[in-house]
Amino acid sequence: MKVKEVIEICEGTLLTPNVDLDAVIKGGFSGDLMSDVLASVQAESVLITGLCNPQVVRTALIADVRLIIFARGKKPGEDILNLANEEKLPVAFSPLGIYELSGRLTKAGLPSYEMEMNLFPRD
Amino acid sequence: MSDQVTLSDNDAGKITRVEELGYELKISQVMTADVVTFSPDMSMLEALDLIQKNHISGAPVTQNGEVVGIISTEDLIRALRDGRIDRKVSDYMSTSLITANANDQVVEALKVFARKTVGRLPVLDENGKLVGLLTKGDITNGLLNALKRDYQKEELIRYRASHLFEDIESDRTSLILRYRIIKDDFLHGGAASNYIKKALHRLGASRQVARKCGIAVYEAEMNLIIHTNNGGFLRVEIEPHKITMEAYDDGPGISDIEKAMTPGFSTASEVVRSKGFGAGMGLVNIRSCVDEMTIKSSKESGTNLYMIMHLDKHKD
Repeated sequence: MKVKEVIEICEGTLLTPNVDLDAVIKGGFSGDLMSDVLASVQAESVLITGLCNPQVVRTALIADVRLIIFARGKKPGEDILNLANEEKLPVAFSPLGIYELSGRLTKAGLPSYEMEMNLFPRD
Repeated sequence: MSDQVTLSDNDAGKITRVEELGYELKISQVMTADVVTFSPDMSMLEALDLIQKNHISGAPVTQNGEVVGIISTEDLIRALRDGRIDRKVSDYMSTSLITANANDQVVEALKVFARKTVGRLPVLDENGKLVGLLTKGDITNGLLNALKRDYQKEELIRYRASHLFEDIESDRTSLILRYRIIKDDFLHGGAASNYIKKALHRLGASRQVARKCGIAVYEAEMNLIIHTNNGGFLRVEIEPHKITMEAYDDGPGISDIEKAMTPGFSTASEVVRSKGFGAGMGLVNIRSCVDEMTIKSSKESGTNLYMIMHLDKHKD
């Protein structure tokens, strides 16, 4: 699914003008805890979050996330957008909640890109 | 529409790279400089031959070096329809001339193309001498080439950096990056890790290795911001086959390392959690990303965290 299609399904408003809207998004991840994101998001996914600070962008960059959707109408501030613009990372915000957004994208065929956690592997 | 366009800061933020290039590039940089020209006394048939031979759609008409008109394929069609292809170019050329200045920005030409129905503009230098011809296609090509140069610049940086190790002979070559991490500096949290990730990528590390190292060092960076007395340092040593990442601080030390390694265990405050950290996954994440992880910690000397990635293990 393309970045622009994900944003459309999310009823999102794009906040970073100079980005590749045709980049391919392969899956999705929702969460507010950045450590969880780092632990289990797979590359080339959309990150849906209710957290609104520069760490979200930095986390996304580290984890090769391709699009951030800020949920529940949280419009990110300039510090966040400047960082995203610098790195040409698409950022949008949506009036919808995280559950609704995840549901819509799953229904539209975008798979979960959360890795299953096996925290106590048997060696 | 007026020529003077004032942009608000908000609008300025929405300008794309292509639009920026419209202001950066000069018409002389995108025009076709090697121009085919017609003389006014030439027949339309001769003009038709030249147009076909040169695969062009029109050309300026010059006399003694000065532009006196312009001929397009439409003028040729008119001549053919009239059955007067043997007539002179001066009978069919368009003389209401719109020209462009070689030193103007490309955006000036775009404004003309937007307002007038012309297909090509003769380009003149400051003395009014013909130096080129400009079509919308030339502009598109010029912009695309400029974008390609932007991209190639990054590729070049990457190429140079990735050959760094091959270019230098020593018994053991390594590159060391150091970052000072300030306690409670959430605003810049993760910045050092992103620089490190970018450096690894440029030095030729695979996407996967750069990502894993990035995640490990990001967690370590956030730990320095959140859990230390006075912040600390990140030190990354890059060798051809190995990346060693180190985070060290001067306290307060981890009282129970085994507990700290338990998924979900966290001593972080509510403030830290509200910023999206303190999930109790930091060290667990690091361990799953790198090949080797060692922690040494004491109340007296603080915590040293070593993370090692062996590049030969991660060949794509």
